[in-house]
Amino acid sequence: MNAVPTKRNELWRYSDLQAVAAVWPLPAPEHIIVPAGGEFSRAIVQDAADNEVAIQTIDLVIGKDARAVFDILNYGGSFGRIAIRAVLHENAHFRLNTVQLGRARQTLEIVCTIIHAELGATSRQTVRTVLTDKATGTYLGKIQVMKAAQKTDASQSSKALLLSRLATVNTKPELEIHADDVKCAHGATVGELDKNALFYLQTRGLDEAEAKSLLTRAFVMSVIDDVQDSVVRDNMIAHTDMWLDKVAL
Amino acid sequence: MLNIHNLHVAINDTPILKGLTLAINAGEVHAIMGPNGAGKSTLSYALAGRDGYDVTEGSVTYNGHNLLAMKPHERATTGIFLGFQYPVEIPGVSNVNFLRTAMNAMRKRRGEAELSGGEFLKLVKTKSAALGMDYEMLKRPVNVGFSGGEKKRNEMVQMAMINPTLAILDETDSGLDIDALRVVAQGINALRAPDKAILLITHYQRLLDYVVPDYIHVLADGRIVKTGDKSLAHELERDGYAGIAA
Repeated sequence: MNAVPTKRNELWRYSDLQAVAAVWPLPAPEHIIVPAGGEFSRAIVQDAADNEVAIQTIDLVIGKDARAVFDILNYGGSFGRIAIRAVLHENAHFRLNTVQLGRARQTLEIVCTIIHAELGATSRQTVRTVLTDKATGTYLGKIQVMKAAQKTDASQSSKALLLSRLATVNTKPELEIHADDVKCAHGATVGELDKNALFYLQTRGLDEAEAKSLLTRAFVMSVIDDVQDSVVRDNMIAHTDMWLDKVAL
Repeated sequence: MLNIHNLHVAINDTPILKGLTLAINAGEVHAIMGPNGAGKSTLSYALAGRDGYDVTEGSVTYNGHNLLAMKPHERATTGIFLGFQYPVEIPGVSNVNFLRTAMNAMRKRRGEAELSGGEFLKLVKTKSAALGMDYEMLKRPVNVGFSGGEKKRNEMVQMAMINPTLAILDETDSGLDIDALRVVAQGINALRAPDKAILLITHYQRLLDYVVPDYIHVLADGRIVKTGDKSLAHELERDGYAGIAA
């Protein structure tokens, strides 16, 4: 926490380092401990003003049989970063639902390090990133399975939708497994809107922008639909719709 | 209503339609039949305005307007419906939401009042029931996990809801069992009216037993090579395209 990170630091490799330097040193991470058997949930809508730098760092410990759920919409600021490091104890469960929406020259990132420290913990991460203009979106997802963490069940799914040929997405699943009886799944895709679907919608009367908006919304709704708390869900939908109205599709 | 004159269409500089001329008047049902590769789907995509279907020569007017100058959604808004051979699956968008969004977008552009949730729901329940489509299916994402027959049935529900003036149906009958074929035929027949027209593009005569066309055209190598009445379909079935197109 002293020197400003450089590109050589894997966890900051794709960051807007100029923006990082401007706010360095960062405040200490927020520490969250979910006690054994506990339930924790946090919704984060990162909607900082256009020129702001928004960096949040969370250190999380999930106790035995406890559950933690994060629902995140990361879309504000010139640089918006949310970094979570979570240590999972026996039979703990971690769930991450994330949508990132980037436009203009924004850099947005989700950096998630999950440490399965003990037996039988489960983690599920779903990240959907939509980028237009010259935006950059990054998801670094590391899963570390310690020797004692047999029967770990971990999964990561990262999908990115590029609405512009000038946008950049970085997605990096990373597995470090020291136990031998574990299930770790990861999938990452990067794509554009389906041309067949766009044409189909246009033949039904939607103009190109309306068709793109509908398909883009559907892409992120696959995450938002999984958000359990209806207030959080509606809020995420409202912010997504605001974003869709703002970008020129 | 629709006047196609000497239409030439190329895909990636390869000519597919090579001088197609066809006039369709209000109240008429036309069928275009032809072997694979004759240009049947190219005609339907060119009329709907798909990217990559380059009109290199000729003209198409629709009710006096230059159709080729319009974007796909403008063609839809002005009353043209394209039924797809392979209806597209759209995960994450429910049928009802999609249909309501599409219909209201068109109504708005035509200066008509948008349908309220209640009005829309009543209409979609009536139309889907008439076509034997379970309303529960309409709450599911567009065509996702639908069988071939269900997708075509869904096309007919969309057509009934949108109520177009000119329906172009691109092999809507392909791959259907007899029950689904009857539903599709029912959907098409329900649209028949003195102020509407239908262009059926089909490979087989089967559908034409249920939807009797006023004219049948044979398309071969990018041109209409023969035009006749409904008896032409049976001739084709008997003799094949080779005899006619030669």
